[in-house]
Amino acid sequence: MSSPLGELIRENLPALQVILPMIMAPVCVLVRHRTVAWFLAVAVTWTTFAISLALLQIVRAHGLISYAMGGWEAPWGIELRIEPVNAFVLLIVSGISAVVLSAARRSFEEEIPRDRLYLLYAAFLLCETGLLGMAGAGDAFNVFVFLEISSLATYAMIAMGPHRRALTSAFRYLVMGTVGGTFILFGIGLLYMVTGTLNIEDLHHRLQAIDADRTVLVALVCVLIGTSIKLALLPLGAWLPNAYTFAPSAVTAFLAATATKVAFYVMARFVYRIFGADLAFERFHIDSVLMPLALIAMFLGAALAIFERDVKRLLAYSSLSQIGYMVLGLSLASVTGLTGGIVHLFNHALMKSGLFLVMACAAYRIGSTRLSALRGLGKRMPITAATFVAGGLAMIGVPLTAGFVSKWYLVKGALENDLWPVALLVLLSSLLAVIYVWKVVEVFYFQEPPEEAGRQEAPWSMLLPTMFLIGASLYFGIFTDGTVGIAEWSARELLGGAP
Amino acid sequence: METIVSNFLGLYNYWAVVVLMMMGLYVLTAERNLVKKVIGLNIFQMSVIMFYISMAKIKDGTAPIIVDGARDTVYSNPLPHVLMLTAIVVGIGTTALALALVVRIHEEFGTIEEDEIQEQEGRG
Repeated sequence: MSSPLGELIRENLPALQVILPMIMAPVCVLVRHRTVAWFLAVAVTWTTFAISLALLQIVRAHGLISYAMGGWEAPWGIELRIEPVNAFVLLIVSGISAVVLSAARRSFEEEIPRDRLYLLYAAFLLCETGLLGMAGAGDAFNVFVFLEISSLATYAMIAMGPHRRALTSAFRYLVMGTVGGTFILFGIGLLYMVTGTLNIEDLHHRLQAIDADRTVLVALVCVLIGTSIKLALLPLGAWLPNAYTFAPSAVTAFLAATATKVAFYVMARFVYRIFGADLAFERFHIDSVLMPLALIAMFLGAALAIFERDVKRLLAYSSLSQIGYMVLGLSLASVTGLTGGIVHLFNHALMKSGLFLVMACAAYRIGSTRLSALRGLGKRMPITAATFVAGGLAMIGVPLTAGFVSKWYLVKGALENDLWPVALLVLLSSLLAVIYVWKVVEVFYFQEPPEEAGRQEAPWSMLLPTMFLIGASLYFGIFTDGTVGIAEWSARELLGGAP
Repeated sequence: METIVSNFLGLYNYWAVVVLMMMGLYVLTAERNLVKKVIGLNIFQMSVIMFYISMAKIKDGTAPIIVDGARDTVYSNPLPHVLMLTAIVVGIGTTALALALVVRIHEEFGTIEEDEIQEQEGRG
C-alpha cells in the first residue's frame, strides 16, 4: 500500500465504499444480461465487503475517519464519518449483501421473470448504496437522502415478488416508508432551524450549548417516529410482515438483515450523537415511550409468530420481536444495554438472513414456505432442515449461540438499571421463541413427508452461503470477544462523546 | 387578542405547513383509493418542503448573489432551497414509483380501490 495509487485508494476508501455500487448499478442495467449482471453485482458487493473490513481495521488502529467529500471541510462540506459503530454496521451491510447475493442467483431465476433479473440486480446495488451511505454519512440531510435511495430500491425489489400481493405489500410499505422518511426530514429541518447546521457532530455541540426548548423536543419526536417506522417498531412496523412474506426469498434475507438494522443504527446515532443521552433521557425521558414499545414488540411479535402457518411470515413476526430487543437495549441508555442492542443488531442480522435463506432453499425446491407444504423437511432436505434448527436455536438464545450473547447483555443491562421486571420479560419472551421455533421443528422432523416427495437437497450454491451465515451466528456465540469488543467500544463512544 | 392575531398572521406560512401536513396525513390514511393516497402523500411531502423554504426567508432578504458595490445587502439563506431541490427530486421519484405500482396493481387486481383489493387478497 505504499505506491501512490494504493495511497490514493486508501485515502478514498470511505467514498469508494458508497460510490462503487452506485456506479455499477446502471452498468448492470446497460449490460442487460442476467448472468453478467449477477457477476458484476457479486464482485461489487464482495469489494465493498473488503473495503469495510479495511475501514474497520483503520478505525481500530487510528480512531475515527473523517472524509470530506470533494475536499470541502466539515461542517460546511459533506462529511463521511467512519467511527467504530458505523464501521461495524458497514461491515454487516456489505457482508450480508455479498453472501446473500452470492446465494441468490438460482433462487431469483426461479422466482422472477428472467428477462427482468438484471433490473433486480441494479436495484439490489442501489439499495446497498443507500444503506452504506446512511451508515457512513456524517451529515443529517445525507442520511435522509441515502435513506430514500435505499427505500426506493427496496420498494422496487419487493414489488418483483412472485405473488401479486407483492405489489400491494410494496405499495403499503412505500406509503409508510415515505411518511417515515418525511418525518425524519421534518425533524432535521427543525434541528437546522435551531442550530443552523446539518453536520451531526456540529449539531451535537450546538445543541449542548443552547437551552433545549419545544422545537428540539418536536425534532426528537419526529426523528423517533420516522426511524421507528423504518426499523419497524410496533405499532409502526405493520408494513413488515407482508413485505417480507411476498418479496423474493433472497431479497427478504437481504432486507431482514440490513434495512431495519441500519434504521436502528440511525435511531441510535440521532438519539445519542445529536441529542445526547442527557437531553434525550434525562430531560425528555424518551425511555418512558421506547421501553414499553420495545417490550410490547417483543411479546406481540413472538405471539403472532406462534400462530402463523407460513414460515416466512413467522420469521417476519419474529423479526418484529427481535427488533424489540434492540430498541430495548437502546432505551436502557447504559453501556451494557447499548452493547446488547448493538451486538444483537449484528447477531440477529446473521441468523435472520440465514434463516430466510433456508426458506429460500425450501421455496426453491418445494415452491412454498407454508408449514403444510414443508412436512417432513428433515427427510426431504436434511441439510436445509438442520441449518434451520441451528439458526432457530440461535434465535431462541440457547447458550453457545450468538442469540445468547446479546440477550445476556440485555438482561445484564436491565439489572444494572434495577429493572428486574424487564430482565424477567426478556427471558419470558425467549420462551415464546422456543414455542414458535419448536412448532417449525416439529413439522420438519416429526411429521411424515407427503408420499410423492423424494429426497432433493437445495443446490450447493445456495446451501453453502446459508450454512456460512448460520455457522457464523454459532461461531460468534462461542468466540464473543470480537463482536462484543467492538459493540462495547461503539456503545461507549455513542454514550460518552470523544473516542 | 393582539398576540393571537400577530401569532397567526406573523407565522401564517407555518400554519399553512401544519394544516397541509395534517391534510396530507388524513388523506393518505382515510382515502381508500390508491391514487388518492399518493396525492395525500404528495401533500404531506410538500408541507415539509414549504417548511424548509419558509425557514430560509429572512426579512428584506434577497437572492444570495454577490453583486459588486452592494455592501449591506441581506441575503436569504440559500441552503434550505438547495436541500429542497433534492427533496423534490426524491418526492418525484417516490411518486413515480408509487404510480407505477398502482398501474401494476390495476393490471393484476383490476381495481385500485383498497376495499376491493383486500377482498381479493382475502380469497388468496
